[in-house]
Amino acid sequence: MTAEAPLLHARALCFSRQEEQVFGPLDFDVAAGDIVLVEGDNGSGKTTLMRLLTGILHVDEGTLELEGKPLRSIDTAGRVVFLGHQLGLKADLSPLENLRVAEGLAGRRDGMDAMAVLREVGLAGYEDEPVRRLSAGQKKRAALARLMLVPATIWLLDEPYANLDRDGIALVNRLVQAHAARGGAALVSSHGTVTFLGGEPRVIRMHA
Amino acid sequence: MTATAGAACAALLRRDLLLAWRRRGDIAMPVLYALIVTTLFPFALGPEDALLQRIAGGVILVTVLLAMLLALDAMFRGDIEDGSLEQLLLAPQPLALMLAIRIFAHWITTALPLIIISPLLAGMLHLPTPVIGVLVVALLLATPLLSLIGAILVALTAGTRRSGMLLALMLLPLCVPVVIFAAGAVAAAQQGLPWVAPIAWLGAALVLAVVLAPLACAAALRIALDA
Amino acid sequence: MANWIPTWLHRLGSPPTFYRFAGAVRPWALTLALITGAIAAYGGLVLAPADYQQGDAYRIIFIHVPSAWMSLFIYFAMGVAAFIALVWRIKLAEVVAMESAPIGAAFTFITLVTGSLWGKPMWGTWWTWDARLTSELVLLFLYLGVIGLFHSFEDRRQGARAAAFLALIGVVNVPIVHFSVNWWNTLHQGSTVRLLGPSHIDARMLWPLLTMMLATKCYYVASLFGRVRADLVAMESGKDWVKALAVEETA
Repeated sequence: MTAEAPLLHARALCFSRQEEQVFGPLDFDVAAGDIVLVEGDNGSGKTTLMRLLTGILHVDEGTLELEGKPLRSIDTAGRVVFLGHQLGLKADLSPLENLRVAEGLAGRRDGMDAMAVLREVGLAGYEDEPVRRLSAGQKKRAALARLMLVPATIWLLDEPYANLDRDGIALVNRLVQAHAARGGAALVSSHGTVTFLGGEPRVIRMHA
Repeated sequence: MTATAGAACAALLRRDLLLAWRRRGDIAMPVLYALIVTTLFPFALGPEDALLQRIAGGVILVTVLLAMLLALDAMFRGDIEDGSLEQLLLAPQPLALMLAIRIFAHWITTALPLIIISPLLAGMLHLPTPVIGVLVVALLLATPLLSLIGAILVALTAGTRRSGMLLALMLLPLCVPVVIFAAGAVAAAQQGLPWVAPIAWLGAALVLAVVLAPLACAAALRIALDA
Repeated sequence: MANWIPTWLHRLGSPPTFYRFAGAVRPWALTLALITGAIAAYGGLVLAPADYQQGDAYRIIFIHVPSAWMSLFIYFAMGVAAFIALVWRIKLAEVVAMESAPIGAAFTFITLVTGSLWGKPMWGTWWTWDARLTSELVLLFLYLGVIGLFHSFEDRRQGARAAAFLALIGVVNVPIVHFSVNWWNTLHQGSTVRLLGPSHIDARMLWPLLTMMLATKCYYVASLFGRVRADLVAMESGKDWVKALAVEETA
């Protein structure tokens, strides 16, 4: 295994559905510590790209590699977390119970624990409230808490800013930057032209 | 700290049972359905003891099968709708093992209550007491088989919108042998014939299914979500 | 797995190549099917002697038996195509598997109807729960399940792969059903009339039967190739080779 291989490596990556091209060809590399903004209009294939990167969708055209090897669903398991439009929270369970399940399934990042993570995202006092009673923004925060807790390297955030207030947006940026600083990588999709991330993030521009 | 398979299984099982407990009204639905169907039979056929006794085993088996079919559709529905299924796919555990736990939890919450009330249903149809024991054993082997086979089919329909009737159509050919052997055991016991052979066949099929069905279910789920 | 298998399959499985190949084979297969079918029908319905027990009623076997045979053969062919489709993700194999299903279902249906028509004069009942008939009925449900699952997906290729998986499960299921129905019959002592006894079949009856089997095979090939061609053009309508084809046709 070459130490130099980037975390993610895509060349001429295309995706077609029913013989119609959804996006592509795309070329990009993502290394540890990178924050990449995936930009594009509605229907430009941002979510599809994210699902390809999880390994749930199968690559038909082009190359997509994870650490120098073709990306397959078996290899992404445990390395990648995905936060999509569906947050992966059980509405009948409390945020704390949801985190306990995630912890059981995927493990816990060193130095993190469920209660501390919930405080960090601003859900202190809501630990035992069923998720169905939380507001849309609070649900999003509960889902972000899961990303902090589990030890995956690559974060795939599909439209993470939706439903969030100014503080929430700052929280996402803070979490993503902290993740990059400790050697993780994050892909963040957004249909807006405004980049909420500070500095000058790398951009993948999606076009059909 | 990485998660062990054991911890993952425990977390998942705990989650499913907790969810079922928070919505315990749903558990009662298949049981109620089975009770209603069994009650209707004497009204339709007349309360003649000999006739009811003769059909009791078959009626209860088919009723349990249909009640399970009603609940089958929901096996992965919730997980797909709230995105939990993607988490399960991305967890660093073998998907087949995780699905085996899901199927087991589903069996506990849907089939086990039906098995528990099956002596009551059998009593309503005047099944002789010694035969009730055989019926319960047959159900204990047949219902997990149906859950396992059903799980594969539900996984295949995971990417579709409507699946209720389709699921019944797909399940029918696969459940024929299960029904035959389970009902065969009860019928044999009722006629005073040895009933161990069909029970042994069911047991053998169950062992095979426990090993193979979760693998097939995982493969089916990956196919159904790949679009 | 050896590398040449996917390479070879990919070459034959390329839609334009197969489209041309199928177009060339189809008229021949159809002609052959019609000729052999006509010969077999004449041989079976006119030349073959009447059965000493069943009289002329037995002549339905010239339809019934080849259909029954095709219903299993097509299921097997569909299973092979489904396996190739799932393992090597070849589009042509998906199309072949999915287009085989309705043809197989039709043959299964014919088998059931002719079996039932034959049953009335023979056993005095339209339907009996014998192992063969019951297995054939289960086979029909399997076919319908495959077709139904295929059509319930919005994405054709995804639907084809899911249905192919179901078809493979069915391959395992058919012998199990046959075995269990046999066992069930011994338990219940029902009407165990054998549809095809181990009788000494007269050569004058045998040759039309075998010829009809050839005819149904040719018909399957012709029908399948026609369906697959139509499907390939519809699926690949955006591709260059289809555009070239359209220009060729209109010119």
